[in-house]
Amino acid sequence: MARVHLETIRKIYPNGFEAVTPTSFDIPDGEFVVLVGPSGCGKSTLLRMIAGLEDITEGTLSIGDRVVNGVDPADRDIAMVFQNYALYPHMTVRRNIAYGLQNRKIDKATIEQKVQEAATMLNLTEYLDRKPAQLSGGQRQRVAMGRAIVRDPALFLFDEPLSNLDAKLRNQMRIEIKALQRRLGVTSIYVTHDQVEAMTMADRIIVMNGGKVEQIGTPHEVYHNPASTFVASFMGAPPMNLLEARFEDGMVRINGGTPVMPAPAARTGNVTLGIRPEDVRIDDAGDIPFHVDLVEELGAHRLLHGQLGDQTFSIHAMKDEPAPQGATRLSLIPDNICLFDSETGKRI
Amino acid sequence: MKSAGFTTRWLPILLLVPQLSIIAIFFYWPAIYAMQSSFYLQDPFGFGSTFVGLENYSSLLSSSEYMKVTRFTVVFTALVTFFSLALALLLAVKADNVLRGAKTYRTLLMWVYAVAPPVAGFIGVMMFNQSWGPLTELARSIGWDFKLGVNFNDTASAMILVSVWKQVPVNFIFFLSGLQSIPKSVREAALIDNRSSFGRFWDVTFPLLAPTGFFLLIINITYSLFDTFGVIDTMVKGEPGNNPMTLVYKVYVDGFRGNDLGGSSAQSVILMVLVLALTIFQFRLVERRIHYT
Amino acid sequence: MADTTHTSENTVARPRKSIKWGTVFDHTVLILGSLFMLVPILMVLQTVTTPDLETIKNGPGLTIGTELDDNFAKAMFQASGFSGENTGTSMLINSLILGVGFAVGKIVIGMMAAYAIVYFRLRFATFAFWLIFTTLLLPLEVRILPSYEIVQQLGMLNTYSGLIIPLVASATATFFFRQFFRSVPNELVEAARIDGAGPVKFFIDILVPLSQTMIAAMFIIMFVYGWNQYLWPTMITTDEDMYTLVRGIKQITQDLEGTNVPEYGRANMLALIAILPPVLIVIFFQSWFVKGLTESDK
Repeated sequence: MARVHLETIRKIYPNGFEAVTPTSFDIPDGEFVVLVGPSGCGKSTLLRMIAGLEDITEGTLSIGDRVVNGVDPADRDIAMVFQNYALYPHMTVRRNIAYGLQNRKIDKATIEQKVQEAATMLNLTEYLDRKPAQLSGGQRQRVAMGRAIVRDPALFLFDEPLSNLDAKLRNQMRIEIKALQRRLGVTSIYVTHDQVEAMTMADRIIVMNGGKVEQIGTPHEVYHNPASTFVASFMGAPPMNLLEARFEDGMVRINGGTPVMPAPAARTGNVTLGIRPEDVRIDDAGDIPFHVDLVEELGAHRLLHGQLGDQTFSIHAMKDEPAPQGATRLSLIPDNICLFDSETGKRI
Repeated sequence: MKSAGFTTRWLPILLLVPQLSIIAIFFYWPAIYAMQSSFYLQDPFGFGSTFVGLENYSSLLSSSEYMKVTRFTVVFTALVTFFSLALALLLAVKADNVLRGAKTYRTLLMWVYAVAPPVAGFIGVMMFNQSWGPLTELARSIGWDFKLGVNFNDTASAMILVSVWKQVPVNFIFFLSGLQSIPKSVREAALIDNRSSFGRFWDVTFPLLAPTGFFLLIINITYSLFDTFGVIDTMVKGEPGNNPMTLVYKVYVDGFRGNDLGGSSAQSVILMVLVLALTIFQFRLVERRIHYT
Repeated sequence: MADTTHTSENTVARPRKSIKWGTVFDHTVLILGSLFMLVPILMVLQTVTTPDLETIKNGPGLTIGTELDDNFAKAMFQASGFSGENTGTSMLINSLILGVGFAVGKIVIGMMAAYAIVYFRLRFATFAFWLIFTTLLLPLEVRILPSYEIVQQLGMLNTYSGLIIPLVASATATFFFRQFFRSVPNELVEAARIDGAGPVKFFIDILVPLSQTMIAAMFIIMFVYGWNQYLWPTMITTDEDMYTLVRGIKQITQDLEGTNVPEYGRANMLALIAILPPVLIVIFFQSWFVKGLTESDK
């Protein structure tokens, strides 16, 4: 178990493409960190550099107290769970799990004991003598987990491990992985493009875009205080509503003049206003006109999609709240409004 | 057959007629003819033939010359197969490793596929030319007085070398494609599990390459038995004499030159049985070929 | 909690930039392997530019001579046999006819048969399948004599049809196209039937265009295979004007033995002409060729 430290880590491919711009962060011992972002954002490259599968162009990577830049993957004291599991197809489940240990000259009895423990933990005991091809997707996923667990590594790396599973199994495995990590207390880095996985599993989330870190924070911080319009629109389903607004006469005004909150000291010009769908109320006395085009019924709540002036807008309504069609009026909860620079997209 | 196939009657029959008639005339007829004439002794002057039962077979099996040819064929096949597979595997593994120049190496290592065996044999004759051949001189420099076409063992070594040269590219192409079809993440997982590259090769890469290897084993045995005909025929320069020859070459020499149709047919049938056994073995392998998914 | 501005007491250690000996070793092996493949052809290339007397005296060397034109002319237009008809030109033409004829014959017949087997509900389809695929079991070499006898009885010795058609009598292309057709999605034939396309239209408008890459790959493999045939042409063509380059190579080799001044330049030039067309095709259409070769075994 160990702290992980990245110091201005950068990746430039031989063709000149900069996949990861200089990035620094620190992961304390035992923390579960999720790297999230759209495909091509550099999150997998970053993970693979930490694993040692990809060369680090610049910067320093340490795991524990050791700088591991030039260290072979096998000597980094890590374990990795791959997207397509990467099980050895010609080995039994037992050998798949034991293989890494056998190469570390650990005595047979210890290996057998650890394999049994892991198998019990993951409900794999009765499959130990099968080949991966004879297992279901969820079982293969568990074998991949088992292979990681038995090594007692300093660091777990997960590369989109759930993306090949169906939705139901994915939810179940999400909980299992999180619980397992809690139990073992091993520092973990988890890469995904799924913001729900990021929100539910992470102690801290690192949101990446275009090779850069957009924000680092707890799920709560990232969701409620996004650092940029990118984070605001990437996290949450439906995403945060973003409206074109202006600073005028000391107020933030939307929709060509309607004031919604006081402007921060002495600012003028354009601004982007962000508000989560659940921070909006249908309110006949409200002063913002809204036209509902479509209601999505989701059981416990509904989503109302429509037009606010000439911009699209969504509202979250609980099942006992009114869900009008057509023209209605809204009010926003001013405390929950986020303002972003309309040029840079950064939080004001 | 596709479940959604067409039901037209006459068209498929019409489509099959060319293929079926060609194989009837040029495959089944000769095959049956060979089996039949293997039971007959043909008059050397062409005045008919007499039924002799299994005599052609029994005289073959008791012929010391036939046994000698069989022994040579076995040794020749084993050596050609082993060396061309081993060399190709080594080169494929290396070609799969390097990033720079991978495509150039691939081209340089596979073009010989397209060289005809007898032309390869011709180049071998040049390389081993008695007075100035570069390989003769190389052999001489280590004290080996190489005599192609005169000394049995020298000729056999040259045949093996040329046959290996000609066969490495096919094996290389298949091994490389086999290596490239191993999922990248499986190799990366091995990279994390095992620090020794040699260990990774034996524990992970080699077993995953085994299906390709078995397939190639059969291909190489078949190649050594049959396709090396051209190599042998040019390297003995049309004078079999005391030179090494394989079973297939003997079928040709006895039947075509020696006019012993019965004995040659019996040899053909023996070879047919051999190939049949090999192919059935191969089909069973393909069937059982482990499909890792 | 740490953030992006965290500084560490670790001073930045440069990643090591040592020479990777493993990579050097990999390249060494590959270069040696490439040389093993290349040296023989380099010797051929040197010999075709060198005067014969020079080669006889010193053997192949490192200098490039000036006899290329001469040797080329001798190879293409001078005959060695009794009839004077097996010039390089006539052998080249025969090789092309054999290569192209064999490839086209194989592909056309194979596609037709594979289409019939895969896409039609035919009572004897399984039987036809086995009849055809048994031919994969026995190479021509083991039934060479009876095949010769039959071609002789049919009066096809020294004809192009006698040369090509018996070679076509094995099912490699049929097997290949059958595999490919089976991998074409079923929905395609269903959609075509809904759109009113009959079996002939479906074959021509949909299946053939879809198979283009496969046809190209097959053509390359089959052309090389046909061009390189040796045993069958040796038996079936006794007239020198029917010789192919590959079939002629034995005579060329033997000619070098009997004479005082062997024509090494001419002989190597003929060998080179026999090698170049298939080799160039394989090199230029490498990706198709490799695809065709490695997928045909599945």
